[in-house]
Amino acid sequence: MSIEARIADEQPETFKFSAENEKEIKRIVAKYPKGRQASAVMPLLDLAQRQHDNWIPMKAIELIARKLDMAEIRVLEVATFYTMFNLKPVGKYFLQACTTTPCWLRGSDEMMRCIKDRYAIASGETSECGRFSLLEVECLGACVNAPILQVNDDFYEDLDYASTAALLDSLEADAPLPVGSVMGRSGSEATGGATSLATLKPKQSGVANA
Amino acid sequence: MPKLTVNDVEVEVEDGSTVLHACEAAGVEIPRFCYHDRLSIAGNCRMCLVDMERAPKPIASCAMPAGDGMVIRTDTDRVKKAREGVMEFLLINHPLDCPICDQGGECDLQDQAMGYGFDGSRFSENKRAVENKHMGPLISTVMTRCIHCTRCVRFATEVAGVPELGAIGRGESMEITTYLEKTLASELSANVIDLCPVGALTSRPYAFAARPWELNKVETIDVMDALGSNIRVDARGAQVMRVLPRLNEDINEEWISDKTRYAIDGLRRQRLDKPYARGRDGRLHPVSWDEALKSLATALRKAKPNAIGAIAGNQADAESLYALKSLMTRLGSPNLDCRQDGAKIGGNRAGYLFNSTIAGIDDADALLIIGSNPRIEAAVLNARIRRNWLSSRMPIAVVGPKVDLTYHAVFLGQDPTILDMLAHGSHKFAAKLKKAKRPMIIIGMGALARADGAAMLGKARKIAESYGVVTKEWNGFNVLHNAAARVGGLDLGFLPARGGMDIASMGKAAKAGKLDLLWLLGADEIDFEPFASSFVVYQGHHGDAGAHHADLVLPGAAYTEKDGIYVNTEGRVQYATRAAFPPGDAREDWAIIRAVSGAVGKSIGFDTLAELREALCADHPHFADADTIAPAKWASFGGRAKLSAEPIGQAFDNFYMTCAISRASETMAECVRASSADHGAAVAAE
Repeated sequence: MSIEARIADEQPETFKFSAENEKEIKRIVAKYPKGRQASAVMPLLDLAQRQHDNWIPMKAIELIARKLDMAEIRVLEVATFYTMFNLKPVGKYFLQACTTTPCWLRGSDEMMRCIKDRYAIASGETSECGRFSLLEVECLGACVNAPILQVNDDFYEDLDYASTAALLDSLEADAPLPVGSVMGRSGSEATGGATSLATLKPKQSGVANA
Repeated sequence: MPKLTVNDVEVEVEDGSTVLHACEAAGVEIPRFCYHDRLSIAGNCRMCLVDMERAPKPIASCAMPAGDGMVIRTDTDRVKKAREGVMEFLLINHPLDCPICDQGGECDLQDQAMGYGFDGSRFSENKRAVENKHMGPLISTVMTRCIHCTRCVRFATEVAGVPELGAIGRGESMEITTYLEKTLASELSANVIDLCPVGALTSRPYAFAARPWELNKVETIDVMDALGSNIRVDARGAQVMRVLPRLNEDINEEWISDKTRYAIDGLRRQRLDKPYARGRDGRLHPVSWDEALKSLATALRKAKPNAIGAIAGNQADAESLYALKSLMTRLGSPNLDCRQDGAKIGGNRAGYLFNSTIAGIDDADALLIIGSNPRIEAAVLNARIRRNWLSSRMPIAVVGPKVDLTYHAVFLGQDPTILDMLAHGSHKFAAKLKKAKRPMIIIGMGALARADGAAMLGKARKIAESYGVVTKEWNGFNVLHNAAARVGGLDLGFLPARGGMDIASMGKAAKAGKLDLLWLLGADEIDFEPFASSFVVYQGHHGDAGAHHADLVLPGAAYTEKDGIYVNTEGRVQYATRAAFPPGDAREDWAIIRAVSGAVGKSIGFDTLAELREALCADHPHFADADTIAPAKWASFGGRAKLSAEPIGQAFDNFYMTCAISRASETMAECVRASSADHGAAVAAE
């Protein structure tokens, strides 16, 4: 996707950090030595994204540049380098689908097909209803439970066509399934249950989505 | 000093050198795209791979520090294969449009593909395409050709000091752009065109104008500022097509300013190509040289010797200055001035030279700038100050208007009393000057070209003497000129002789009806109003202000059209060479003056340029030593009068239009428009 297509055409006139975030920014910047405050650019971009409906307007980039005494282009470089930073509006549910080799071998194509069948969207697009955005991403680092779909901050694992559909149903109803493996396995233990240390009781997996 | 073996040749290199330097020292050429001597090391093109003993894979020689006992090979099959692999990857996304690319014929990628390229492509997928970016009126972009060496990004950030270029995105979708596609706000911006190893950034005004092999290349000297940057003028027939920088470590290194590079389209417009005389109807009418010389001879004979004046402009060559001075002396006129802006300088050489030399800036450890904005008055020199500041963070203070100089400077204010405080040591910055081992003062025309300029100069000398700016082995007292002809004129004594009038007095005399004839040698930047009743002769190359106010116009040659000697702000004598012939009936300036001397019957003693130069060098021996600087002896100069309360300003505000050529240039006009559109009027006025 070209850079032009990644940045929203319509931008808000202004951007201001909330008072709470301003406090947080002070705390973050204080972690770095004087003159090295540019190191705080990624946490600040993250704060801006969380505050602003999961995407970063250009005004926020300029504001962060001023706050950290950086050139605007340097902040934009960071913001465009990471796929995790959205520079245009995304749906309420931002789906990041991993299609790197382990997920692909374990059937990420099926997961993708399910999303595309439902919303007719390609990577980088938002559904017609405006609630779902899809982005094909590189390794999410949870290969043992491949394939992975990241929904906002949460991982859903072991997906296939049917379970992806069930997950999307739950999201449409705004009652998301518990995060983690949709097969209900604990952590990344074997699918057939623990094969060793069977006498130890594992902690219950799956925390309700906040 | 590590010792290495490169292809069985043992070399010793400086500490801190890289393997690439060692290979060069051993006489091995290493192909490269991203590495550049004057920029930080990026190591991202991988073209410079070499084999190092005991290393499992080839190493990037540009980024590997040279170590003692390293054994490097550059001629192995593995190295060749590795470079061919890199080249193949680079060419995967590079379009095959060399026939329509302006870089063709002088392209690093094209050249190196001859050595390491494969004759076919194994890539059958779609090539990537990138949208072109807007970078202002000087830089044309075809971003699909970009190989992401990031030289332009590093240049803008490190040398030019305007961190506006960047690489956004990553991997295959990485693109070079300015933030929101603004114009690159630098006076040095077009150097990225030279740095670009491919045809991604090319010259917009020169787009599709010529091929490098059809141009006649002449090495000469620039006159757009007083640095005397070394340039190469490429001409096709009578037309100057482009200007490129030439390496001179002591002056411009390998950069030139945008004005030096792009004002040349002004050489094609508004040119004076035949003599003109003002008729009874008050308009200028073309006349023949014979008529022009005759009428001038009559006017000169009619005028009283001490009622004749001559003012030289900012781009006059030393030969024409010398010829005009000789003629004025023969006519008996003492009224000469080469200081259009009325600067109160002249006399002792140390009082008007950039004594530390330009290269000396690298050694300074504290800097006081008075009445100058080096960023627009000498952009290349400013980059050198910035480089020193980047590495040393030396304290820099400015007495003058607050502007962005691309480095951190403390603005002390515009009040002249600050200079008194500095001289007395009662100012905060005085302590920093005192602590410095090699402090430097740069005083510009903003301080000297005013009524109390002599007192300013004297005050600056006092500061210099109080803080060790001048010692046995260091002279950090620098006058920064902005006129290429100025130091040459001062060296030749193109100044009021005993009892003569300077430019201000000439104006007064003219108002009183006591100046019969005024000869302007390319002088366009003076106030013409007082000279309305005098007979004004304008000798120059452009129909600018001077020609408009003249009664007689003698068409001369521009700097690319004559052999000439220029002395830069350091006092360095440099010989410029003709690249094209002047248009129409225009003639070289010294020859015009020689012809007038013949017409008026006052021989000035030379008939050829060689004879003129011989006479000039006999009178002023240092003109014979090209490219050397005779250090000036420190002596008393400057006045002792009280400074006026008028705030200290800078010489001019508009970088892009400072002379007849740049005022006639459409490219420069476009730059002015672009900079005011993108960055607001405030920045444009800087």
